[in-house]
Amino acid sequence: MFEYAAAAVDGALSAGATYADARVVVTRTESIDVLNQAVESVDHTESAGVGVRALIGSSWGFYATGEMTETAARDAGAMASAIAQASALVPGAPLELADVAISQTTWETPHVEDPFQVSLSEKVDLLIGVTTTMQGVPGIALARASLGFFDTSKWFVSSQGHRIHQHLVESGGGFDATAVGEFETQRRSYPQSFGQYETGGYEVIRRWDFPANAQRIAEEAAALLSAPEMEEGEKSLILEGSQMALQIHESVGHAIELDRILGWEAGLAGTSHLELEKLNTHRYGSEVMNITADATLPGSLGSFGFDDEGTPAQAVDIVRDGRWVGVLSGRDSAARAGVSPGGMVRGDGFNRLPMVRMTNVGLLPGDSSLDEIIAETGDGVYMATNRSWSIDDRRLNFQFGCEIGWEVKNGKLGRMVRNPTYTGITPQFWGGLDMLAGVDEMVYWGTPNCGKGQPIQIGHTGHPATPGRFANVRVGVRG
Amino acid sequence: MSAEQNVTEQVLELVGSDAQAEVTVNAGTSALTRFANSFIHQNVGEEGATVSLRLAVDGRVASGTTTNLDVDALDRFVADTIEAARVQPVDPDWPGLVAPTAIPDLEHFDPAAADASPELRAEQVKAFVDADPDLSAAGYFETVGMKVAFANSAGHRTAGRFSRAVLDGIQQTPTSSGSGHAAGVGPAAIDAATAGALAAQRARDGAGTFDTKPGEYEVVLAPECVATVAAFLSVYGFNAKAALEGQSFVRVGEAQFDSSITLVDDVIDQRALGIAFDSEGTPKQRLKLIDGGVTSSLAHDRRTARKAGTVSTGHATAGSDVWGPIAHTLFLEEGSDPVDEMIAGIERGIYVATFNYCRVLDPKSLVVTGLTRNGTFMIENGRITGAVSNLRFTQSFVAALGPGKVLGIGNDARFGDSEFGPGMAHVPSLRLGAWNFTGGADG
Repeated sequence: MFEYAAAAVDGALSAGATYADARVVVTRTESIDVLNQAVESVDHTESAGVGVRALIGSSWGFYATGEMTETAARDAGAMASAIAQASALVPGAPLELADVAISQTTWETPHVEDPFQVSLSEKVDLLIGVTTTMQGVPGIALARASLGFFDTSKWFVSSQGHRIHQHLVESGGGFDATAVGEFETQRRSYPQSFGQYETGGYEVIRRWDFPANAQRIAEEAAALLSAPEMEEGEKSLILEGSQMALQIHESVGHAIELDRILGWEAGLAGTSHLELEKLNTHRYGSEVMNITADATLPGSLGSFGFDDEGTPAQAVDIVRDGRWVGVLSGRDSAARAGVSPGGMVRGDGFNRLPMVRMTNVGLLPGDSSLDEIIAETGDGVYMATNRSWSIDDRRLNFQFGCEIGWEVKNGKLGRMVRNPTYTGITPQFWGGLDMLAGVDEMVYWGTPNCGKGQPIQIGHTGHPATPGRFANVRVGVRG
Repeated sequence: MSAEQNVTEQVLELVGSDAQAEVTVNAGTSALTRFANSFIHQNVGEEGATVSLRLAVDGRVASGTTTNLDVDALDRFVADTIEAARVQPVDPDWPGLVAPTAIPDLEHFDPAAADASPELRAEQVKAFVDADPDLSAAGYFETVGMKVAFANSAGHRTAGRFSRAVLDGIQQTPTSSGSGHAAGVGPAAIDAATAGALAAQRARDGAGTFDTKPGEYEVVLAPECVATVAAFLSVYGFNAKAALEGQSFVRVGEAQFDSSITLVDDVIDQRALGIAFDSEGTPKQRLKLIDGGVTSSLAHDRRTARKAGTVSTGHATAGSDVWGPIAHTLFLEEGSDPVDEMIAGIERGIYVATFNYCRVLDPKSLVVTGLTRNGTFMIENGRITGAVSNLRFTQSFVAALGPGKVLGIGNDARFGDSEFGPGMAHVPSLRLGAWNFTGGADG
């Protein structure tokens, strides 16, 4: 496959590119969806092609073709250069690329059990069994379960001499139960909304033990319909780990993307409340807050060997003792901002231009535990599992809804409440972080559905997180 | 026979007589020129084809897609799909295949979109950017041209083409932004300079914002906001799967909306984008979803239609087995009210140019939270008196259009760029009696 990527790079250089790189990407996926013991969908996909980037002046030109021949790849390279050339009608300052080590190597996701070798029957039986258990709980109208698997091979070649082959394996899934009332619905999910995804093989699915959790999840969904609605107020907020992960993703992960900070994503995704000149001085949160972006964490969904510019995976400090110290970057954005390139550029398949993407952006653990956090809370609420998420284009003003909440009074978990929501402003909210559970409760949560870019790209990101507590949060917002 | 039709026949031949199968081939080109900080920074294009196959072996169903059209690859793809089906339980709701059916002879296709050059796209971007050289512009110009061929083993064959051109951009001052949008079947539908000027005007008018208190306000919503409302009604409400599952607000026959509201899904409308048949090969019906305020119908695919004891309305999409059928060629009936006159009738209210990051809190009540963006203006005593900071809202989209709540319908219908993308909803501005803003810039 390297020959197609090399032909594409040659085609781009011959047509005038000052730099070019190309990826041949072959992706296989399998997804299975079951609703109420019936298979809704068993779907498999295969995509294969070459995508080539050509840099001329201030613009990337990119072209992709599904035709896997050297001629088609060379033509695609020439087309990428022609597209970049046309950008000169609306020019900016020339783009430069930060220097990185030139690698010629291979890398593979550590995994035990190839998920594509596990029989479909076993997978379907697992999901039907889980939905059967959930449907056995009175009040459950909809019992869903799903699995998804990704197998991606990439061959990367650049005009600077990169030549890297990677094989990535990702696995995940989950289930949810929905109780339908006259005026609203209530849902509970496991392990989290949209399922839990990790890098690895079928061992990921076995480890999360769906059958052991189906009954509890369904009972909680049924109970929510008659639970009291959460009251509006300001109090301590304790977040369960997967909701903490989403909080990190939305109010930290996107805000620290250097392309957003530079204004390159202003049209759709937006910009950031962060200003580069305040790097190393801006207070992002309390001193309990320490965040890294680490693409080397085994098993986490945002892990890889090299990004799609050939930069090695690495760990970068983002927030240290509450102070903002790092960004997510690629070679062009790093050069523009004068920072080290972070190896955080990835594309969605062969036919999308690689762009800055979160790797594993997560909180370093604290020294407490969820039980201790609850025990030390006088008036609060504990919320678990995301149900809705919305944040503004600068990643500043957010409102999240969770599936379930429990009142916390005088150090004890109290009654269950439905429709729990909370809202806040990013730096004030993180400034209220005052307790974090320890490493024993750390989970590398995975987000398999992160949208960004035009045309839209779906990214896979990881978010190490533990439960934690925030002071003085506005909760119970409703329409 | 086109190359795409040849592939459908090739796949059906590989399937043979052991399965009921339907095959769709999408092939063509798409390109998008992206700009930020007033220059083109990302400029992309692609060509290729995708084969989608759904088949049933003795009522056991599986599906797949591939971009690999090599003979050997297609052979393996078909064999894998058949094998996946064989090990499934029987699907009691498998609706079978569409019999040979006449498809309306229409085509929303402009070769100028399919063949658009990067130079043409750059010229459009330049026109948008040059509308106000002192501001900072960002956005994209996209051109798409696709051919679609469908065939099934029941003997149904059809084919079509579609194209689109879309401009979506913002102009920014250091403290504010404004947006301009346009979409149509080809580049001729786009007036980039006008869109750029509107965006610039909104940005300049939006400079120097002040915070306003959250609460319930009368509003005028521009077409982008209304397109998002219409799209959410379609995806979460008029989706027959959601209704069958008890998760939709829809109660057919009831006056759930203001009597001034008529919402139609109609690919036959000459302004529409898309093709005349759905992913199951069913011709898309003209569907009145809301007729004078009365909820009138649901969008069906063959699976939901079978469950509901009716017929498909032609709204199957790839993935609708899981997500349900979606009406995505929406037309909200235009009114006669100029936007200025709607504003003139308001004593105290808010004008909103676009929504941002809307998410559903509960699908049944269709309570949605989101933010305003790219132009939020205070209306006092019948005129715009200043720009306000972006606001968060938490609002039932159904209740917002409820009986007595729609106080004006604009005469400015066009494709609005909704949360689900451009080209899905052709809508006017709306004046609504109440909109629940639940947070200001400071939370």
